[in-house]
Amino acid sequence: MTVSTFDKWQGQPLDEILYQCRELLEDMSFPTVKRWRGAGGKVIGHFQVYFPEEIAHAAGALPLKLRGAPVEPRHADSRFGSYLCSIIKTSLELVLSKNIELDMFVTHPICDAARNLGAIWGRNFSYPCQILYLPQNANSSYAVKYLSEEYARLLADIEVVVGRKVSPDALRSSISVFNQNRSLIQELYAIKRDRPWLCSADEAYTLLAIGGLIPREEHNQLLGTVLPMLKSRPNKPQDRIRVVFEGGFCEQPPLDMIRMISQSCYVVDDDLLIGLRYLLEEVPLEGDPLFNLAEAYLEKSTYSPVQHDLRKPKEKMLVERIKNAGAEAAIITAAKMCEPGLEEQVAYTRTLDELGTPYFISEFEENMTSFDHIEIQLETFVENILFS
Amino acid sequence: MKEAQNPDGIVGRGNREGADLFRMWFDQLDEAAKKGVPSAYVFVMGSLAEILRVFNLPLVFPEINSLQTAVRRVAHEYLGQAEDYGYSPDICGYVKADVALQIKGGVHPMGMIPKPTLAVLTNACNTYIKWAEIWERMYHAPVFTIDIPGTRQAGRKSHPGESDFERDRRYVQAQLNELIALCQQLTGLKFDLDRFREILAYTNRMNRAWKQIIELNRNHPSVFNALTDGTIYLGVSNGLRGVPEASQYFENLLAEMEYKAARGIGTLVEEKYRLVFVGVPCYPIFRRFNELFTEWGGTFVNSTYLWFASGGANRGYEYDLSRPLESLAEGLLLSVRDAMDSMFHQNLALQEIIAEFDVDGVVFHPIKSCRTVSTGLADGRRALMEWRDIPSLFIESDMMDRRVVSEAQMKNRIDAFFEGLASRKQRAALLA
Repeated sequence: MTVSTFDKWQGQPLDEILYQCRELLEDMSFPTVKRWRGAGGKVIGHFQVYFPEEIAHAAGALPLKLRGAPVEPRHADSRFGSYLCSIIKTSLELVLSKNIELDMFVTHPICDAARNLGAIWGRNFSYPCQILYLPQNANSSYAVKYLSEEYARLLADIEVVVGRKVSPDALRSSISVFNQNRSLIQELYAIKRDRPWLCSADEAYTLLAIGGLIPREEHNQLLGTVLPMLKSRPNKPQDRIRVVFEGGFCEQPPLDMIRMISQSCYVVDDDLLIGLRYLLEEVPLEGDPLFNLAEAYLEKSTYSPVQHDLRKPKEKMLVERIKNAGAEAAIITAAKMCEPGLEEQVAYTRTLDELGTPYFISEFEENMTSFDHIEIQLETFVENILFS
Repeated sequence: MKEAQNPDGIVGRGNREGADLFRMWFDQLDEAAKKGVPSAYVFVMGSLAEILRVFNLPLVFPEINSLQTAVRRVAHEYLGQAEDYGYSPDICGYVKADVALQIKGGVHPMGMIPKPTLAVLTNACNTYIKWAEIWERMYHAPVFTIDIPGTRQAGRKSHPGESDFERDRRYVQAQLNELIALCQQLTGLKFDLDRFREILAYTNRMNRAWKQIIELNRNHPSVFNALTDGTIYLGVSNGLRGVPEASQYFENLLAEMEYKAARGIGTLVEEKYRLVFVGVPCYPIFRRFNELFTEWGGTFVNSTYLWFASGGANRGYEYDLSRPLESLAEGLLLSVRDAMDSMFHQNLALQEIIAEFDVDGVVFHPIKSCRTVSTGLADGRRALMEWRDIPSLFIESDMMDRRVVSEAQMKNRIDAFFEGLASRKQRAALLA
């Protein structure tokens, strides 16, 4: 299915494109999703973090990454108790309030709260609501086979929703679209890393996040246009420290918080919306596409606090990320009440203490609107590094 | 209890013997810790005791160690130490109590706890995985996750023989083979199939009795309190799973419950309200928490806790000893999946319990520490209310952290709940 869901940016100068992207990102009526559905398209909503969007795409559906929103969970609040992260509630809120309408919902066993979502959504909506059981024993020799069979099961369920069979060639074609997208996002992150003065953290985030709201072909077109524009910006380097931001793998910090950080730091790498770019290499097009996707998840995916793999100790991976990005410090955050994120903070900070790498530790919530306190603390942290 | 009603001392035997066995188990752990015997850390939902006992590995259940600190009212000391180490007040209290226990060098109110030589866990709770990563960092102990795929969608449970089920079973069985290879490597012992069958047979005896014991609580009056007595039984079923003493214990317990059922002996002088408990008990004030219900004549006839905290043993799965490994994979998949279902699809578990146990009310007790159990309870309650007009109570506290336990506030809510139950009974009597 070919539907243009977002075209306001086309033919515009860079600043206008960034403005339009930000407008779309902050529009809680999700106009691109409505346009897609209005044209008869199906929408497969999937919760953070790891979802093989290629499979939904190959079925002609729009894979929509549900990542919460800065909204008041007026309807969803009664479905949850206290002591839970915000994203769990606001993701459901978006659908209960009909800001988003779905044809299927998939969650993952990323954390104890998220794995409850399949049952909770299933009690509230009549369309298929399920859990995709990603392997938690990534080190088993059987894991790739298991996951490729689990992907086949998911594909069969999606085929029922869209009402047609999906061929291996359709899957290969989708993988190719997503390979191109991965490459473009890596180029965006290379700009952040190598010439961060050309693209602020909030601009880069906006350009990335848009990808979860529109068909990936459109995102490819957008990035293909914007990246050369960013590279030719006349911006000059400024006196800011280079940091890695860690803690945005699931619930997202408010865009204004990212902007606040970028006023004193160059965020040269991060894990923001890592689920939109969790495969680190191209997925091969030859052979069984589902097997290739499964193998890529297990062998070529990035780390996060919600992926357990003995070969990827998170604190070592963070140190590698800091080193590869040429960062001099880290911002270690976690969403409030996010158990995996909060637990990982201990391992991260103790390792950075051992290495003598400066870090700034904080918590956030997607609904935060005031950052004065954090801003003052962060500025002090930055000044300590700049003037030490 | 008058002597004439209990001539053989049979009533109450389960609680006495359970406490003795529990003490014996912790004494063995104390000895293992002092002698440096290699030990395995495991969890209640899928302990793999049947494999680990073949390799003579003493089993440590960190969840049970942690809850014991709460019951013995020292949890706050452990929680405080872990928070000083860097752990947030907003994460699982069991994890934090264990971190502190490790920092203390294994010092626990019940004795010394050995360090892990190996950690074996399932994915029944994601926190298990994060927890084991801590031991991995502290001790470089090998960690083995047995990944057990759960029910993908409500109402779409697969069964043995069906392709979806067999696919998952093959995955579980492949991992069991890998675990056995790891245990052989760590202990230098060969996997003894005959010994394995012997252990499976002990678990079979226990599971068979456990299922019948739970079913006996359909009696009026109920023969045990699922919250308090049930926790003792759970301790034995987990800690001593696969040993002959536990099999004998559960067979004796079954005899005790049959004796009580035959004579109409319940847990209260007058059982006025039959309740179901959903969630995890409030261990910091465990006895008082129960009294808040029993003082009104309420008793817990069943709980989802009995289901999931026994790793699904409530279903009474019995291993086929002629195909032991295949059967263990099947049993593990069925049981642990059932344990997960009773947490995530708890409204369906409740429908089953309510239909069979003549229930007057449901008590939902989500806790701060455990998102696995608690995240879906408010919505599960909403769904249950839509299914049937049954009184329910929703109270939040914690299983470890007394800072979030407000007894006075809970008492107000519980009293109001019982007043509602009483007036409902009166109305029903008038209409009858």
